[in-house]
Amino acid sequence: MLQRIYDWVDERMDITPLWRDIADHEVPEHVNPAHHFSAFVYCFGGLTFFTVVIQFLSGMFLTMYYVPDIINAYESVMYLQSEVAFGMIVRGMHHWGASVVIVMMFLHTLRVFFTGAYKKPRELNWVVGVLIFFVILGLGFTGYLLPWDMKAYFATVVALEIAESVPVVGEMIRVLLAGHEELLGAQTLTRFFAIHVFFLPGALLGLLAAHFIMIRRQGISGPL
Amino acid sequence: MHRGKGMKFVGDSRIPAEKKPNIPKDYSEYPGKTEAFWPNYLLKEWMIGAVFLIGFLCFTAVNPVSLEGIADPTDSGYIPLPDWYFLFLYQLLKYEYASGTFELFGNVIIPGLAFGALLLAPWLDPGPERRPSKRPVGTGLMLLATISVIYLTWEAVDQHDWEAAEEQGEILDEDDIQEVDMDHAGYEIYEEQGCIECHGEQLEGSGAAGPNLYDLPYGAEDIANISVEGIGEMPAGMFDGSDEELEIMSEYIEAEGQPNGDDDEDEDEDDEDEEDE
Ligand code: HEC
Repeated sequence: MLQRIYDWVDERMDITPLWRDIADHEVPEHVNPAHHFSAFVYCFGGLTFFTVVIQFLSGMFLTMYYVPDIINAYESVMYLQSEVAFGMIVRGMHHWGASVVIVMMFLHTLRVFFTGAYKKPRELNWVVGVLIFFVILGLGFTGYLLPWDMKAYFATVVALEIAESVPVVGEMIRVLLAGHEELLGAQTLTRFFAIHVFFLPGALLGLLAAHFIMIRRQGISGPL
Repeated sequence: MHRGKGMKFVGDSRIPAEKKPNIPKDYSEYPGKTEAFWPNYLLKEWMIGAVFLIGFLCFTAVNPVSLEGIADPTDSGYIPLPDWYFLFLYQLLKYEYASGTFELFGNVIIPGLAFGALLLAPWLDPGPERRPSKRPVGTGLMLLATISVIYLTWEAVDQHDWEAAEEQGEILDEDDIQEVDMDHAGYEIYEEQGCIECHGEQLEGSGAAGPNLYDLPYGAEDIANISVEGIGEMPAGMFDGSDEELEIMSEYIEAEGQPNGDDDEDEDEDDEDEEDE
């Protein structure tokens, strides 16, 4: 049955080449932990992606309850974690997941660096990877404000002060993020929400796609 | 999409003339023990993923996420702290040569150089050698950066007053607030002298600015002393009224803002009576 559906689609779209690109490739011995245990360092990239998927899913569920305004944001988070079934688990997954993404991404970066995998011909993929790093840090920064509790608020106050102290562009960055030269309030929360939920995830999806397409084109780097 | 040869026209569209079989390539001709990604390797990878997911879920279940009190922009005494993965940047800005007049180093130059170098690593280290030992400069700098980040994070955690942080963020329950007598002469003085700004409208305290004034271990005289001379982090000279006012207020605070100084004692006596019965 599945085969017939596949054939039906394939006849109209010619998807076999696509399928080949995504799944039909070999995994060399030196990255396979089944053959060399030390090859587990090659898992960090996959685990980063896996946790990013967890972040997308848990985040989608969080937005079913979260309200991005300064009066209800806090109450909605409180309601989510104290009243909603498994609300605490979903919020916990998103909260701790953020830390796990950062740790895994850091380890993945170190692995790629120390195996010299960023060298020709993979320079561009390294650059895309570092951009992903920045986007993830941006997601962590903007997401921290959203529960609108004391630690969120004051951490963001300090961060915006730091941003403002940058010469020339500091003021602009601050106003862009906070929506006001001095205050941190209703505007800031909606902006951080928009950045956290639409702008950065959109950028992240694009960068991830580029990252993976390049890996499939170039294959994984050879043994040292 | 396949174009040109091998396509045939159907009406105004083209479809492939011949079907390609969708069977994985034979990898036996590759050197070493390679393995097909689909489905062999992916299955194993999924198992690692499953173990990882279970571990992650267990961790999440036993570590509930904290939620502090709702954001209160007026609580100026709050000690801020970013999430742990920004601590290294935050700590960097605390050092003398990265703040104040040298601010530019802390907020632009050092992070800019570090992240810029990370972004441009392929061009800063363009040689063909891949082994870390064959490119000592790159390896050394990366190790140095990694150690610095870990060290800075450690220092930030070490220097933070975690106990105070926990207290300041605590959510005040309705139960923690006692109704005080706001018509009392003592309350008026309490308000006038500005104690209210740090110790709250109902003597309940306000986050990091000041503690609550319930159940104090002091008598009225000590409280009067504290009002004038300060204590710990409370500055001196908060009170500047007459001695008479000072006395009324101190007694009022000692009585935890209850209408009459004696009320408390009456209650205690009542309790004892009940116990006797
Ligand atoms: C600038 C904010 C501020 C103001 C204004 C202020 N206090 Fe305090 N007060 C504090 C802080 C902070 C403490 C805790 C000191 C410590 O233990 O380090 C404190 C402690 C106290 C204590 C001791 C509480 C305890 O549990 O040990 C008393 C009593 C007190 N204040 C009374 C007063 C009175 C009366 C006034 C008005 C004249 C007043 N305070 C005004 C900040 C303030």
